[in-house]
Order: sequence, then C-alpha cells, then structure tokens
Amino acid sequence: MSLGNIFDIAGSGMTAQSLRLNTTASNIANAETASSSTDTTYRARKPVFAAIQQAMLNPDQQGFGMGSEEGPGAGVRVEGIVESDAELQMRYEPNHPAANEEGYVYYPNVNVVEEMADMMSSSRSFQMNVDVMNTAKSMMQRILTLGQQ
Amino acid sequence: MAITFDKALGIHEHALQARVKRAEVLANNLANADTPGYKARDVDFQAMMQKAQDSMTGFGMTTTHSGHMDTSSPGADGELLYRTPHQPSIDGNTVDAQAEQTRFMRNAMDYQASFQFLSSRFSGLTKALKGE
Repeated sequence: MSLGNIFDIAGSGMTAQSLRLNTTASNIANAETASSSTDTTYRARKPVFAAIQQAMLNPDQQGFGMGSEEGPGAGVRVEGIVESDAELQMRYEPNHPAANEEGYVYYPNVNVVEEMADMMSSSRSFQMNVDVMNTAKSMMQRILTLGQQ
Repeated sequence: MAITFDKALGIHEHALQARVKRAEVLANNLANADTPGYKARDVDFQAMMQKAQDSMTGFGMTTTHSGHMDTSSPGADGELLYRTPHQPSIDGNTVDAQAEQTRFMRNAMDYQASFQFLSSRFSGLTKALKGE
C-alpha cells in the first residue's frame, strides 16, 4: 500500500530537518567560542541533503514507469555534515586568555543571521512534513471505513 | 446479468489508486524541499484517468501489431514527469514548497471525494443485497 510509504517519506523529511535544526543549534551555541589557533576553532556545520531513490532500497524491483529511469523517490536522507570553509574572524583581544603571541583570537565563521534564517526555514519544513503525515493518516483512517454504514 | 465488482465500482477505484500514488509523489517533493539538485515530480492524473476510462469503455486504441504506435499520452501509465519550475533556485532544486503543499491538500480533498463515491457504491450494493 503506497499510503504507508508517505509515512516513511514524511518521517525521513522530519529526521533530516531535525538534524538541520540540530546543527543550527550547535552553530549558534558556538558562535562566540574563541580559540588561539585556526585549527582548533569551531567551524559552522551544514548538513548535506540527498534524495533517496526507491531503486536504492530494493534493487531487484526496477522502476515501474518506462519514462522514469530512477523510479519514484522515497524521501530524503542526510548524506553528511560538512564544515564551512569560510574565513575565520580574527580579532585583536590581547586580554583574552586564549590570545596568541600577537594578541589575536580566532572566532568561528558562524553567521548568526544566516543561522536564524536557516532555523526558521527548517522549522517550517518540519511543520510541512508533519502536515503531510497528518493528511496521510486521515486518508488511511478513511480507507478503513470503506463499505461501512 | 451478473454484478461484478469491477463494473459496480466504476472508475472510482482507479481514481482512488491514482490519488494515493499522487499523494506519495507530492509527499516526496515536500520531503526534498531543501535537497540541492532535486527536481520536483508529478504524475499526469488526467492521462491516467483517460487511460482507465478507455480501458473500461473499450473505446481505447489497442495495439495488435508491433508496428502500432501507442496513442495514449505520456504519463498514462503513471510515469513520473518533471515539473516546469517557476522560480528555480540556485542550488538546482525545483520544489516550490507552497505550491506543492497546495497540490497535496487539493489531492487529499479529491481523494475524499473519490472515496465518498466509492463508499456510496458499496452502500448501494449493500442495499441491493438486503432488498430494503
């Protein structure tokens, strides 16, 4: 029954969005984590999303449509988390305990404004997936009442 | 004249199946609203219905020779087609989340309508069997 697939699809979307929210939280929490060298400084983390193809889940079952070479999709997955390679902020703070010999500390390359926008976007996307799941649920509940009354 | 389920239920059974399939495709679009490079897809509901209707009424063109061409429109077998984006984003994603959600809701409503028709067919059959 393909209605059941919708739960998996919406569930995968919710998992991906909550992971994105998780990285946003981590980035914002560490936005002011200063350190003395470029190697140890926190860098903004971003999840990379990729679509799951159904052919990947069960390779023996080829796509049912002639025109669709990959078959229908089956949700979204997080391929990995990458660290942003944007430039770190160097600030002159000689009184900072972590300052190096020249008196500089390195601040993470987290753009808080961008993170806030990302947070709103991911929470909206999460809501959207919840909506989809609720609708699929009511569709399924209706089908169970078929032929009654 | 025997009553068969195939004839009694009419087109609504096909419609319901097509609606479920479309819901799945649209849900997948929504789940991938933030996936870079993902292309939004959809099924051609009208073509699917046309095909179901042709096969039910028997007015559809049949191919009896290997040289005969398929006259049904593309997408009649429920193949996934790609959507033409209005505002493609810079990462190659063509999902318009609001438009997709509207389509999903509309599809759910149409599903309920099809369901209602199917359900009343069943209650009609029940009435006929009971002879009330």
